Amino acid sequence: MSKYKDVLFEPIFKNNPIALQILGLCSALAVTTKMETVLVMSLAVILVTAFSNFSVSLIRNYIPSSIRIVVEMTIIASLVIIADQFIKAFAYDISKQLSIFVGLIITNCIILGRAEAFALKNPPGISFVDGIGNGIGYSLVLIIVGFFRELVGSGKLVGMTILPLHTEGGWYVPNGLFLLSPSAFILIGFIIWALRTWKPEQVEEE
Amino acid sequence: MKFLRNFLDNQEKHFLEGGKLKSLYPLYELTDTFLFTSGNVTKTGSHIRDALDLKRMMITVVYALIPAIAMALYNTGLQANLALQKLGLTVVEGWRGSLLQLLGAGVDPTSILDNVLHGALYFLPIYLLTVIAGGVWEVVFAVVRKHEVNEGFLVTSILFPLILPPDIPWWQVIVGISFGVIIGKEIFGGVGMNILNPALTGRAFLYFAYPAAISGDTAWVAVDGFSRATPLAEFADPALQVSVSVKDAFIGFIPGSMGETSALACLIGAFILIVTKIGSWRIMLSLLLGMVATASLFNFIGSDTNAMFQVTPLWHFVLGGFAFGAIFMATDPVSASMTSQGQWFYGVLIGALTVLVRVINPAYPEGIMLAILFGNVFAPIIDKVFINKNIKRRMLRNV
Repeated sequence: MSKYKDVLFEPIFKNNPIALQILGLCSALAVTTKMETVLVMSLAVILVTAFSNFSVSLIRNYIPSSIRIVVEMTIIASLVIIADQFIKAFAYDISKQLSIFVGLIITNCIILGRAEAFALKNPPGISFVDGIGNGIGYSLVLIIVGFFRELVGSGKLVGMTILPLHTEGGWYVPNGLFLLSPSAFILIGFIIWALRTWKPEQVEEE
Repeated sequence: MKFLRNFLDNQEKHFLEGGKLKSLYPLYELTDTFLFTSGNVTKTGSHIRDALDLKRMMITVVYALIPAIAMALYNTGLQANLALQKLGLTVVEGWRGSLLQLLGAGVDPTSILDNVLHGALYFLPIYLLTVIAGGVWEVVFAVVRKHEVNEGFLVTSILFPLILPPDIPWWQVIVGISFGVIIGKEIFGGVGMNILNPALTGRAFLYFAYPAAISGDTAWVAVDGFSRATPLAEFADPALQVSVSVKDAFIGFIPGSMGETSALACLIGAFILIVTKIGSWRIMLSLLLGMVATASLFNFIGSDTNAMFQVTPLWHFVLGGFAFGAIFMATDPVSASMTSQGQWFYGVLIGALTVLVRVINPAYPEGIMLAILFGNVFAPIIDKVFINKNIKRRMLRNV
């Protein structure tokens, strides 16, 4: 059982896909202006990663190595389409805000990376857990970034006003930089800084 | 002075090994070297003595900035007083008005003293806040990292207010310089390790975070509710008439960021920097060349829809922050190219890019800030190319 636990929790701080492996940055920049989109996106990525790992692992012994990427992409693409349809059906407004980025989960390096690095070599159960763990590791960074970007950039959290804006009679002047993508780079940099101060073994050797 | 020295010597034991305030040693060291020459000498080995240490170098830059600071004080007040005159007002509102009255100064735009005093009431608070906020961060990082507070911030703290508009809210000054010092400098390892110019990093942060206070028409004159576009914006917008002459723009009687309006003051600074060999003349000259070449190219091409294509190199030089940026910002020895061939390339890149942004990009009337930051980012790569070239050449020679 402890093996499952390690696989589940390791990607959260010890081997975080964004902070240590530096994967999946594109969507981390694009969807993090609001918590609402972050949460939906996180859920979609967790599920897609978990099920793609599971499915790839199920047929890992039957995939010829030369065409494995094609097979993996087919599986991931199908799962992303399902996720996209789900979001469109149940959260149409958010799906419009996420626009192209749900479809682009296909190109998220984390998912293909885990399928290649883990699911091809391990049985389905643990691969599923690995997918969930990596999805959570990704989501955690997204949530932190989204939290600060929405709070500082527009004074809100999940759409609710926390800091009343000066244009609406409050005192808070929103920081426009946090609505632009580069701010996510700066915030992710801070997260990496904090994480590596906490766990110095993650620092690359020069 | 004797009692000051004695006082410091008496306090020293608290900050040394075993003292109660050991972790605050950088603070003691800062006060001590600020007031007196450092008593430490190198003890071992042979070493070269040179009058030009970091402190002397930074102070020279400050001397070179004095004309620009003087113009900042005068012109900020002049623009404000002219605006008041235009609005038909004779008193300044708020604490500045009370203070001016207390000092017995009026708001007459023809009186040098009135202008300087009025300008100082805008410049000095911003400068003071910059020094305090930035200084606190410097000390915090020095204490945590256990090194001495460095002179590098002295120049940054003067450059930063000079590139801000007079009307900028004070809390933004604090936020901006904090960002500049922490993100622009300290996280890369402090003075000497930074990739970007800290003062410009702080300004760029403010520019993108709070564009209302640092761009547009109302930011540049220190009177509430008075709007006057910068000449660069007047050139860009065909609906506006250009309201200044080349001579005014050269001397600096135009609205803009406080210290950047006067090309003349910047040129005096350039003279000091070049004679003392503190600033690189290669960078200044190549920036100018890059700007003249690109601006002339645009003049030659011409455009029916974009009025900026017709702006001559002379106008590009006297308007906006070009002279200030070329002389004081791009030449920052830490973030600029180090190799002399690289400096030519670096300067031309920034000069050309400044004109490109000014002319082609309708969103940003001024381009020197972005161009210099861009140049800073590329400086290490440029250096690497030229250093490798040199290594190759010398290896061939020695085969």
